[in-house]
Amino acid sequence: MSKILIRGAKVLGGEVADVLIDGEIIAEIGTGLAADDAQVVEAEGQILLPGLVDLHTHLREPGREDSETVLTGTRAAASGGFTAVFAMANTHPVADSAGVVEQVYRLGKEAGYCDVQPIGAVTVGLEGKKLAELGAMHDSAAGVTVFSDDGKCVDDAVIMRRALEYVKAFGGVVAQHAQEPRLTEGAQMNEGVVSAELGLGGWPAVAEESIIARDVLLAEHVGSRVHICHLSTAGSVEIVRWAKSRGIDVTAEVTPHHLLLTDELVRTYDPVYKVNPPLRTERDVTALREALADGTIDIVATDHAPHPHEDKDCEWAAAAMGMVGLETALSVVQQTMVETGLLDWAGVADRMSFAPARIGRAAGHGRPVSAGEPANLTLVDPAYRGEVDPADFASRSRNTPYEGRELPGRVTHTFLRGRATLVDGKLA
Amino acid sequence: MPSLSPRSHTPMMRHLISAADLTRDDAVLILDTAEEMARVADRPIKKLPTLRGRTVCNLFFEDSTRTRISFEAAEKRLSADVINFAAKGSSVSKGESLKDTAQTLEAMGVDAVVIRHGASGAPYRLATSGWIDAPVINAGDGTHQHPTQALLDAFTMRRRLVGRDTGLGRDLDGKRITLVGDVLHSRVARSNVDLLHTLGAEVTLVAPPTLVPVGVESWPCEVSYDLDSVLAKSDAVMMLRVQRERMNAAFFPTEREYSRRYGLDGRRMAKMPEHAIVMHPGPMVRGMEITAEVADSDRCTVVEQVANGVSTRMAVLYLLLGGAEFTAPASPRTTEES
Repeated sequence: MSKILIRGAKVLGGEVADVLIDGEIIAEIGTGLAADDAQVVEAEGQILLPGLVDLHTHLREPGREDSETVLTGTRAAASGGFTAVFAMANTHPVADSAGVVEQVYRLGKEAGYCDVQPIGAVTVGLEGKKLAELGAMHDSAAGVTVFSDDGKCVDDAVIMRRALEYVKAFGGVVAQHAQEPRLTEGAQMNEGVVSAELGLGGWPAVAEESIIARDVLLAEHVGSRVHICHLSTAGSVEIVRWAKSRGIDVTAEVTPHHLLLTDELVRTYDPVYKVNPPLRTERDVTALREALADGTIDIVATDHAPHPHEDKDCEWAAAAMGMVGLETALSVVQQTMVETGLLDWAGVADRMSFAPARIGRAAGHGRPVSAGEPANLTLVDPAYRGEVDPADFASRSRNTPYEGRELPGRVTHTFLRGRATLVDGKLA
Repeated sequence: MPSLSPRSHTPMMRHLISAADLTRDDAVLILDTAEEMARVADRPIKKLPTLRGRTVCNLFFEDSTRTRISFEAAEKRLSADVINFAAKGSSVSKGESLKDTAQTLEAMGVDAVVIRHGASGAPYRLATSGWIDAPVINAGDGTHQHPTQALLDAFTMRRRLVGRDTGLGRDLDGKRITLVGDVLHSRVARSNVDLLHTLGAEVTLVAPPTLVPVGVESWPCEVSYDLDSVLAKSDAVMMLRVQRERMNAAFFPTEREYSRRYGLDGRRMAKMPEHAIVMHPGPMVRGMEITAEVADSDRCTVVEQVANGVSTRMAVLYLLLGGAEFTAPASPRTTEES
């Protein structure tokens, strides 16, 4: 059936309307729509959003298929309401060549659950020494537009400058994992009161902030655009705010977990809370929420980082860093931003669809919910309340910090170019 | 003196992970029990039957001859069966995880695990993750905690500053204790600050600012960068070990400069009150942290601390394992036969 009629949803949280999907596009929006040959989705009380776009996902394939594959990761993405994800380059082998990014791109196409846009490494092997073939990756079938050594910081100022300059030729953007390596040697968690008590190596805020400060100045100097991954400190917010006020072309992201969780949780020594950058303080969380609300931080990105059970079921120091996030992102944003009154659903659509698609130049995504647009859509039931059960996850890994925690909201349907990838909360 | 039994007191926590977990009453009970245990050491046959038939595993993932021998002596004096596990050359060096090792020990019926680990929080994970049911005693984890070291230090201070017999039942209320050296990397410092505060002492940390952790302001103690200014008001000065490799990370310029500003020599010791003692958890770096003159003086308690470590660890094992009722034996013979 090529027609789908979504009946009675709040479009972007505003007016209640019916939305008719015909083929790959939104054919009509109105009230009292009828289409005898359409499959009907009753959506009373639900909110229809543009399909979510995640600018920061780890799909682990190639190389760590025990953690995640493109197929399982994109199934998780569809479950979370995403219609496009940008796959980070720190795979094995590293996505630093046209061959690897094309492989990831092709696997995404074959999986069919959401569009996979590979991110290319900035430097060969993420080693920070030699620029990868950025142009070749852009020119490949994958059409790479975002470049990042995520997991590692491009700490050499000259390499960073050259990367920023080079991608201007094809409108690319460098996404920086801001972490001054010397200041974070042996770091295990946020540096502060809790790290002092727990005897865990401290990860100072300034290690993030100093790199951001340097990079916005470099971006200004060379007239390029830079994107800052996973902001985690109040100081980082201030630097980005200053840079934007100065007209520097900088964008920034925050993860759902940095909007909700603090380093107090590390007192459990439970590695499920071990993440890079580390969970910070309540003050930082407040600043990040406010910055996302006022637009200083442009987008929410999941930093979905799947790890198998054995990589987390161990002592803190030995545990891998990261947590899964695709399937809980919207719920966390609802709790931290919508239910606190900081952001309305139109704001959510901007931070989780329009803006990330714009930054990553994801064609066909982050478009208005309007007639004639590609039918990349997400339907969410905001009244839902339920405990997170990782057994329900589509992701191959279950390293979530929210197990047993009640979160609001549930994605009921996801549509990728008019095809349902999620129906009543079940993968299609 | 009344006999001590875990059953006659509010039980301590099931594990001993952090000195911060101990209440004042817990800590005083351990110190009092340690005094009882110390009497065993004064006897020709230094043995009690208390943990007969119980198996204790010393699980050492990090080298530590002194602490391991101290625990082993304590366990053997309580008649426990002892398994020593060193990570080097073991299945751990072949990639086996802490969890796997713990579950192996559990399957072997171990009654308690004494763990030393280079990773902060490893004993906490072992105790709380469900990998193992046996009580866990932290014998030092990373830069986090070393609670039995703090207990033996407090025991030593109480004996010297309050009195061996007069100290029973008492804490360290009002005593002024100064800890000097690498606080940043010291589990001994963290444990001592927690325990000494619980026992009513006033603690001052002295170190170069580079070796004071960010976040120390939340600790129940004072911080000074000037050793000379605090010596005259210290009842005990505890020197902390400084690892020479710290110099490579620019924590201080040279050994000589460190020694000049933070080393304890005879001139500085003379500024201390007459009754004040000098402590060190060992091993000492003579010449840098402490001069031979100070280390070998009567005021230095390093050797006593080692002896007290065995008594204190006996007390902890006895109380945590809830062994048979303990009555200080009347004679060596009855000790062996009771």
